[in-house]
Amino acid sequence: MSELIFAIELAYWQQTLIKVLVAAVLIPTTALILGIVFLFKMMSWMQSRMGPQEAGPRGLLQLAADGLKFLQKEDIIPDRADRFVFKAAPVVVLASTFLTYVILPAGPDLIIENLPTGIFFAMAVSSLSVVGVLMAGWSSSNKYALMGGLRAGGQLIAYELPLILAVMGVVIQAGSLSMQDIVWAQADGSMFGFGGLGLPFVITQIVAFFIFMVAIQAELTQPPFDMPVAESEVVGGFHVEYTGFRFLFFFLGEFATAFAFAAIAATLFLGGWWVPGIDPNSALANIVGPIALFVKIMVVAFLIFWFRFTYPRFREDQLQRFAWKYLIPLALANITITGILVVVL
Amino acid sequence: MPKVPGMVKGLGVTFRTMVETLKPSGGPATVQYPHEKEEPSPRARGVIALHEENCTACMLCSRECPDWCIYIEAHKTLAPPRRAGGKPRQVNQLDRFAIDYSLCMYCGICVEVCPFEALFWSPEYEFSEVSIADLLHEKERLGEWMETVPDFEPYEAGSEAKGKKVPR
Ligand code: SF4
Ligand code: SF4
Repeated sequence: MSELIFAIELAYWQQTLIKVLVAAVLIPTTALILGIVFLFKMMSWMQSRMGPQEAGPRGLLQLAADGLKFLQKEDIIPDRADRFVFKAAPVVVLASTFLTYVILPAGPDLIIENLPTGIFFAMAVSSLSVVGVLMAGWSSSNKYALMGGLRAGGQLIAYELPLILAVMGVVIQAGSLSMQDIVWAQADGSMFGFGGLGLPFVITQIVAFFIFMVAIQAELTQPPFDMPVAESEVVGGFHVEYTGFRFLFFFLGEFATAFAFAAIAATLFLGGWWVPGIDPNSALANIVGPIALFVKIMVVAFLIFWFRFTYPRFREDQLQRFAWKYLIPLALANITITGILVVVL
Repeated sequence: MPKVPGMVKGLGVTFRTMVETLKPSGGPATVQYPHEKEEPSPRARGVIALHEENCTACMLCSRECPDWCIYIEAHKTLAPPRRAGGKPRQVNQLDRFAIDYSLCMYCGICVEVCPFEALFWSPEYEFSEVSIADLLHEKERLGEWMETVPDFEPYEAGSEAKGKKVPR
């Protein structure tokens, strides 16, 4: 990654150090950006109010102030909680988020690790967060936390399937599991013989895109799929007993995961870092790539949060029925048709 | 025209609200409170004012209050006769009348129930305190609020009831 930009040969440990530092700075920043732009500002506008105004210019530092506030709070562990599991749960959730970032490509050379099985890896580590959520729910020794944790478990498992099946459609069309290859496949593609715009898979895989967007909404436990954290029913669900920086971990995990999923959606369906008109082999692509990816991520994130702020909550049975009776058959049909078409054409 | 599904319509509503809020001609429905203030409507329930001369310490308000947050202490005393040569009248002299606004839920039952027109709503709402104990307003403070009580609005044209007056 770094060799090409700075034209310096770096040892493996130096590269690793740089990657770790970049990730450690980048990931909380992404959570901050999404939190401020969408949770604070866009949500306020959609509800006809202005959002935070006091902290920093136009209230933009509000989330940083909130983060500092969380750090000052007392770290309370319930008396009858399973202390070790209780402490480990937020770390597991955050680790799952961090691992997802490993395979996100921001440019032809800007990727932490270009795994040949990239998207498979992303799906696998992102489902790790279920374990953290169940741990949190179980160890809190609180009935609301337990209910929330179990709801989250049921929901995340149910929606993991359509998520993976939706990704399968893209993988079949690109012919690879590697995130970089999927981007290349879109850059090299052509629409009706016209190659100038490439072929973003959102055009051929619009059904998969729809399923993917619905499923990540459920994976992020956001409205309309926020049964596990519904304030009015289980008062915050699995994180009801968490205070201070442990709660901050969950918050960071939620928004950084939203960013990661938006990045995956942008890469799979919108062409990732690739911009029409810029040679993907040139060094320029390494500079324009991250910006293009960021813009695409913001577009996807806008959709995610737009749904979040518009719809009311599903009932638990509606949620399960929707996943098993509609999304999964739809995704299977999409795979079948994609497979047939790839073979025939 | 085919019917637009409700889910899509909902997205339209939130999007339109966002554009409306951001437009210079639109703006949000809220105001930035400490910097700008909204004018409360004249009958707003801000704070309760006491007109001490009218209160007979009948205790009705204190007993009807769902929160038991009105404290009344009084003693009987003799007032001079109304007409020359009459008997001195026995009246209740109010010693203490206090409303604890940290308990009050602004239901207005006390104002409603008072038979002697001694309690009034004032739209004044900015009386927050640093210490919760300071929210206990004694009768002097409750009396000061009387100045902020607006006149009653006239009844509808043709109404037979006599309009009420705020004692000043
Ligand atoms: S408004 Fe209601 S709660 Fe408040 S003092 Fe009067 S009766 Fe009590
Ligand atoms: S009901 Fe009216 S007159 Fe009776 S004690 Fe209360 S304020 Fe005084």
